Amino acid sequence: MIKASSLLRVRDLRKSYRSGDHRLEVLRGVDFDLATGEFVAVVGQSGSGKSTLLHLMGLLDAADSGEIELGEMRIDRLPSARRDRLRNSAIGMVFQAYHLLPELDALENVLAPLMVRHGVIEWLRVRREARARAAELLARFGLGGRLHHKPRQLSGGEMQRVAIARALVTQPRVLLADEPTGNLDEATGGEILDTLCELNRADGLSIVLVTHDAAIARRADRIVRLAAGRVEAA
Amino acid sequence: MYKLLLCWRYLRTRWIALASVVSVTLGVATMIVVNAVMAGFSHEMQTRIHGILSDIVFEAHSLSGFQDPVWHMEEIRRAAGDDIAGMTPTVAVPAMLSFQVRGQWITRQIMFIGIDETTHAYVSDFGRYLQHPGNRERLSFALREGGYDTVDSQSDGPGPTRPALEGAGWPHRRMRVERERVWREKLEADRAKAAADQAAEGVQPASAVGPVRPVDQQVDAVLAATSQSAAAAVASDQPKAPDPFKAARPDEGRAMDPAKEQFTGIVPGIGLASFRDSTGVDRFLVLPGDDVKVTFPTAGTPPKAVSDTFTVVDFYESKMSEYDSNFVFVPIAQLQRMRGMIDPQSGLASVNSIQIKLKDGADLDVVRDRLRKVFPADMYAVSTWRDKQGPLLSAVEMEMSVLNILLFLIIAVAGFGILAIFFMIVVEKTRDIGILKSLGAGSTGIAGIFLGYGLFLGLVGAGAGLGLGLAIVWNINSIRAGVEWCTGQRVFDPSIYYFFKIPTIIEPFTIFWIIAGAVAIAVASSVLPALRAARLHPVEALRHD
Repeated sequence: MIKASSLLRVRDLRKSYRSGDHRLEVLRGVDFDLATGEFVAVVGQSGSGKSTLLHLMGLLDAADSGEIELGEMRIDRLPSARRDRLRNSAIGMVFQAYHLLPELDALENVLAPLMVRHGVIEWLRVRREARARAAELLARFGLGGRLHHKPRQLSGGEMQRVAIARALVTQPRVLLADEPTGNLDEATGGEILDTLCELNRADGLSIVLVTHDAAIARRADRIVRLAAGRVEAA
Repeated sequence: MYKLLLCWRYLRTRWIALASVVSVTLGVATMIVVNAVMAGFSHEMQTRIHGILSDIVFEAHSLSGFQDPVWHMEEIRRAAGDDIAGMTPTVAVPAMLSFQVRGQWITRQIMFIGIDETTHAYVSDFGRYLQHPGNRERLSFALREGGYDTVDSQSDGPGPTRPALEGAGWPHRRMRVERERVWREKLEADRAKAAADQAAEGVQPASAVGPVRPVDQQVDAVLAATSQSAAAAVASDQPKAPDPFKAARPDEGRAMDPAKEQFTGIVPGIGLASFRDSTGVDRFLVLPGDDVKVTFPTAGTPPKAVSDTFTVVDFYESKMSEYDSNFVFVPIAQLQRMRGMIDPQSGLASVNSIQIKLKDGADLDVVRDRLRKVFPADMYAVSTWRDKQGPLLSAVEMEMSVLNILLFLIIAVAGFGILAIFFMIVVEKTRDIGILKSLGAGSTGIAGIFLGYGLFLGLVGAGAGLGLGLAIVWNINSIRAGVEWCTGQRVFDPSIYYFFKIPTIIEPFTIFWIIAGAVAIAVASSVLPALRAARLHPVEALRHD
């Protein structure tokens, strides 16, 4: 399989959590590569550090040591304002528990990252375009008729599709998905996976999918196994 | 942008936060009401005090006063002429006022003030406080032919009603004189009848014991019982007969018809002559047209008490009960003459004080200090009206600031309510905060949501408080009536305050500060929760259930 140059590179990443005197090493030197347009599944048992790896790559947490590069830029040592901006523009994240904002309706949830990006004055200028893009994304995911429903009025699958639309509305370079089907039944989860695969194939979206389910992982181009904080040889 | 949207959504969906705002609302409303009422009272009081005292009071320490007010006024004008708009001399002495109600003598302690009827009303608000429209226009110590106000001219609404003043003035005086005459004639007729009866009984024993009365006298006595005119004639022949009205009115001996003439006019404070019953109606003990007696000291040393009879021509009502139940005004020339304040050699009169009115915009304290420099302090006291009532005014001011501090503490307590509820909201919204951070929101942005939320709540609370407070202030008198009706308890007793309505003044500047303070407290108390929200770790926040 020929892939373009590496988009996301992780080198010797270490992360430990301290709880009292006890020190829990979650990642013990992880190396990981994601090529542009690649769909990689990270699998491992609970506590193997796969979610932590995803959070570190999504700049939600800081590693103890090691490097993360996005494109040609090292992103793990940036000042917080630049990390915030990067997280907003280059990285899309999807979570197991959907993590939609309950006060906002589907369309507003999708627009949320754009609202975060723009100030009030700027927002008034880009609003029309942003709404159009968000509505188009939701329509593409079959939610065209549910733009103004609050999350609690949506089913699990619908909420996850709203979450994916939210992750994609900023046109990120990479999508990080943390057990996106974990809360869904098999059929709905399958639909979500189909959506992700279709995004990967049609739009060339680079995806890192974290799951504990080998069956789901098989839908990806490549599988990376994590065990005890290290990448197992394939 | 997300900050505004989320603030707005939180405001609409978190009604519990509005509960904390209710205390801000109540605090703001209370402060506005209290400040308006206090300012109203204080303003009313200051106007009243100022209305009586003129801008600057120039007075002598001694009760006998100083001679030659004209020379003094010239000197004052020379010292501070640019700022002086008018001056009037006054004489003030402590005195006793006596009047008769249903045969009983009532005596009151008063301050007897001689005023110049042409200039006094110009220097102070004296004229405004009189009950006859003509006297308000131009003061006269001559009794008026009726036309006294039966409603309070100073209250712009339902004031106290004074039906008694309807017939006051000459009609009242004529009626009184007529009634006295009828009464006296009846008394004398009764007495004559009694004498006649006695004479009739004594016909037989008289021959033995007493001197025999001439028959013609006996006949007269019998006639007197049937004819009033004859009775009067007989009575005048009996000088020893006790006549209560004669005793009360020694001046009656003068050739004067009380139905057509009056004594020197005086204007007593309304509180001396009336009392307000619990329904707010003024009951009068003395009316314009009645005669009263005033006893006052002469100017000599030691002072001797002299009395004279005066006719009440009007009432003075400044609504400061202290003054209204103490002051009695009389023409200054009469008082000077009666007290012996006119020097027989030079013909110069003495006065106690000179009331000075300044031009608009003149600085009271500057003029006072200039006058103090010219006139020796051991002989003259120069003071502004504020100096005169300094303790009272500063007491009111202190009361107001203490109340404001206490009420502001209420709003501060409301701030702690906001703090607690915001902490709860931050905990409840922990996951949402994590989500926003995962979407790229910075810590400052997250803090901004909660600060903005606090600002919104503060504005909403203060705005509602402003509305409520203004509504209460504008309707305070109907609210008072409603409360009184509900509880049967008198909230605001006009017989104590002399105002029939609760006075209020809304000062925009005060309201601005109250609102700014309330909003500042709301924002300040959202700072801690906002910081806590900003410091949340995104990963932990996302895991939070």
